[in-house]
Amino acid sequence: MTRLNLFLLAVLIACALGLVTSQHQARKLFGELEREEERSRQLGVEYGQLQLEAGTWAERARVERIAARQLRMRVPEAKRLQIVRQEGAVK
Amino acid sequence: MNFAASPVLALTLPVWRSRFLLLVLLAGFALLLGRSVYLQGLNNDFLRAKGESRFSRVIEIPANRGRILDRNGEVLAVSTPVKSVWAIPGEVQGNRQELVRLAALLEMSAAEVDKRLADTDRDFVFLKRQVSPDVAERVAGLKISGVFQNREYRRYYPSGEVMAHVLGFTGADDVGQEGVELAFQEGLAGKPGSRRVIKDRLGQTVEDVESIKAVRDGRDLMLALDARVQNLALRELRAAVERHRAKAGGVVVLDTATGELLALANYPTYNPNKRNRLAGAPLRNRTLTDTFEPGSTLKPFTIALALEAGRVRPDTVIQTAPGSLSIGAATIRDAHVEHTLTVAEVIQKSSNIGAARIALALPAQSMWEMFQSLGFGTAPGLGFPGEASGKLRPYRGWKPIEQATMSYGHGISVSLVQLAHAYSVFARDGELVPLSLLRVDLPPAGRRVMTPATAHAVRAMLELAVNRNGTAPRAQIMGYRVAGKTGTAHKQENGSYAADKYVSSFVGFAPASRPRLVIAVMIDEPSVGGYHGGTVAAPVFAQVMAGVLRALDVPPDGPIRPIELPSEGEEVKESI
Repeated sequence: MTRLNLFLLAVLIACALGLVTSQHQARKLFGELEREEERSRQLGVEYGQLQLEAGTWAERARVERIAARQLRMRVPEAKRLQIVRQEGAVK
Repeated sequence: MNFAASPVLALTLPVWRSRFLLLVLLAGFALLLGRSVYLQGLNNDFLRAKGESRFSRVIEIPANRGRILDRNGEVLAVSTPVKSVWAIPGEVQGNRQELVRLAALLEMSAAEVDKRLADTDRDFVFLKRQVSPDVAERVAGLKISGVFQNREYRRYYPSGEVMAHVLGFTGADDVGQEGVELAFQEGLAGKPGSRRVIKDRLGQTVEDVESIKAVRDGRDLMLALDARVQNLALRELRAAVERHRAKAGGVVVLDTATGELLALANYPTYNPNKRNRLAGAPLRNRTLTDTFEPGSTLKPFTIALALEAGRVRPDTVIQTAPGSLSIGAATIRDAHVEHTLTVAEVIQKSSNIGAARIALALPAQSMWEMFQSLGFGTAPGLGFPGEASGKLRPYRGWKPIEQATMSYGHGISVSLVQLAHAYSVFARDGELVPLSLLRVDLPPAGRRVMTPATAHAVRAMLELAVNRNGTAPRAQIMGYRVAGKTGTAHKQENGSYAADKYVSSFVGFAPASRPRLVIAVMIDEPSVGGYHGGTVAAPVFAQVMAGVLRALDVPPDGPIRPIELPSEGEEVKESI
């Protein structure tokens, strides 16, 4: 009888320790999840800012200015255009 | 001596006294037991809440405002987090030097910071809102106690002044105040959520308890606008307004197949990213919320009505000599005197007398009904804040002279968008589709306003106006057939027409064989280099239309040969 009791006590202690460890693990993992979520939010913000930056760099008036001034490009005159009609093209 | 035997001590107490004491003690226990049952079992909410408040917190999750995109997915407006710096005036403890550095970081004067912090009765005062994250970090680096930061959002517009009037802007709380931002506030804003978490003593979240309200981010909004088209339109408009030293101008580009507004350009414009300077005339939206008397651009509708009623045919001859027509006390004049003109030539040469004679033969009610069915006098229903409905008076009060002037666009006012929309009737063989600010994927069903035959006949006349014998030779585009009509009107000032102030306009579509786009151009008060629609507005139309047709890969339908302009002095000036 005493033996059984001792055995059960050991099992109880093991279970209790297991519970403590798993709770600790869960909290640690949760903390990690929180950090990752925060990081994803941060990245989302950064994505927005990069989009903004890309939009500002790619602004058409700017591109046009650079094309015209630095690269000396211009729209060809209509009489220098040749229209190629595709055979059997579907409109 | 036996104490016990002492008679003094042999005093016997009555039995009830000990019983009574026992009862009192038992009652005390019962009371405690009852209280503990009450607190732990029956009424435990209060204590539980108290306990929870030690570790559980409700945190707000802000919703992101949706982006605004153009029809090809280019970002036109996006929100990113910034900080607001605030303080509790009574608790600010910083030496002079620190406060001066704080003021410098916030781009404020030290005196201004002092003024804000002077009222120590207040618990909360904003020092500066919408501070960029890196500045906010440096402010936090000063570690002045009593100065705090909050996270908030700020809206940025990468395209700047180009889309300003359409997009509008948001206020300091990222709530739409103008334009599309206000019109679609509901969908863009989203709904903030909240959740309950357990925090440890260090303030770190250790467990997620429940989600109280799910956060719903604002939806992205895809507009019908095409950034390429809008840029092109604004560039040409700006050039024309500057060339003619005009007060303002507007351009509308409309897709005839879907009713989508591809561009709504306004000049002068403003930069929505610089908020402190948002005021005055540049904020006015000339295409949607302003109206003007359109002038001759309305003639085609009168002619269409006469054709529809079977009163005239395109080759019917109208008497226009001697160049003036008296109706009551008023006289209508033509700038270009001809003896007779066919109905088609009335459009081509823009004859006021011709249009007035045709209009006077029509019942006022049918004219009113035609204008009404084209959308004049009613707001276009885009949901845009402040969109104008224009002025169309009920036909019962029309006098003959008013009916005559209305046939060539006076005594009636429209917005530029309404005018472009009305012209899409000719481009769509007599049908009118609802306008849309948002991208449309399925072409909407049209509403028939006139027969296809009438629309085709007017289209042919409008094509005549855009050649070297018409009023708009400068609207020609090499390689494409173009149809359109000029308009020049005296501006109304204080109830009468100003002699030297004009509104020049041009509305047209191309390719004329199968119209894809309607473009309407309006220039307000051109003062240098002419004022006729054909000289001022038509070239803008041609430039924008040519660019857009190229950008959209529309195959040419006309001969590729140099554009013929009439020689000096031969040009047909329209009547005003």
